[in-house]
Amino acid sequence: MQRAVIALAFVLLASLAHAIDPLPFANEAEERRFQALAQELRCLVCQNQNIADSDAGLAKDLRKEVFEMMRAGKSDDEIKQFLTERYGDFVLYRPPFKATTLVLWVGPLLILVAGFAIARSMMLRGGPHPDLPGPIDDKVER
Amino acid sequence: MRYLIPLLLFLGLGVLLYAGLGKDTRMVPSPLIDKPAATFDLPELRTPGQRVLSKQFAGKPWLLNVWGSWCVACQEEHPVLLDYAKSKQIPLVGLNWKDDDATALRWLATLGDPYDAVAVDAEGRVAIDFGVYGAPETFLIDGDGVIRFKQIGPLTAEVIASEITPRLAAMGVK
Repeated sequence: MQRAVIALAFVLLASLAHAIDPLPFANEAEERRFQALAQELRCLVCQNQNIADSDAGLAKDLRKEVFEMMRAGKSDDEIKQFLTERYGDFVLYRPPFKATTLVLWVGPLLILVAGFAIARSMMLRGGPHPDLPGPIDDKVER
Repeated sequence: MRYLIPLLLFLGLGVLLYAGLGKDTRMVPSPLIDKPAATFDLPELRTPGQRVLSKQFAGKPWLLNVWGSWCVACQEEHPVLLDYAKSKQIPLVGLNWKDDDATALRWLATLGDPYDAVAVDAEGRVAIDFGVYGAPETFLIDGDGVIRFKQIGPLTAEVIASEITPRLAAMGVK
């Protein structure tokens, strides 16, 4: 029984530990900046995760790389550029607005506008549907 | 007319989804094609104390093959590399990525060693410079040090015939 309790305590404590390798942050601001940046970078191995959350070996290497670039005084944009040069816009969860990403950015908006236009034209065409009751004629009541 | 718009919408959506079906989302096109390859200076796996420098291969085309003994697909690819190495067309350089030296050496001893040089990238720095995100990956680098082609995943005889040989022919390698 006692052993089971101790084992359980260890299991619970383990979940408290940082899931991801700890980096030697100097202060909280630095850690916050790192986390914000890492969350915007896609892990290329497990593509629906960012590099902050991924446990893949490459994500770990990239976290280290990002951390060291931060320490070297590089700006967020410089770090993103470093990664884009090597892995393409695909690493960015918010890709830049340019010719190759135009459809990505504008597409959904166009579909929405087209949807409204179609809905509007359908609603205006032909007046009320014959099966629907017409406007209530309040004169009948009196 | 009444059914035309929904039908067109449906067909449009169908085409869009169908186009997405055959796509392998794991194939991320590299922005490094036609860009100068990163340079490196790394330890040689097989000879302690020796270095492998990218500039050793400058002037003529060469292949850089990223592998690791932990990588199953590399094992699958290996006979193709052994076969290609026999042709001695161009140097085949291995980049041993995030591996353990002893295991990597044992791997080569067991399966055969097709490489003219094997650079050890234990930290994975050089791999990041090459935009590597999985193994195996193979880069064709021309005499000017520019990346001309990248194979993501195992190299096959078909890929060599359709992608590498024609490019080498264009560079004057027979």
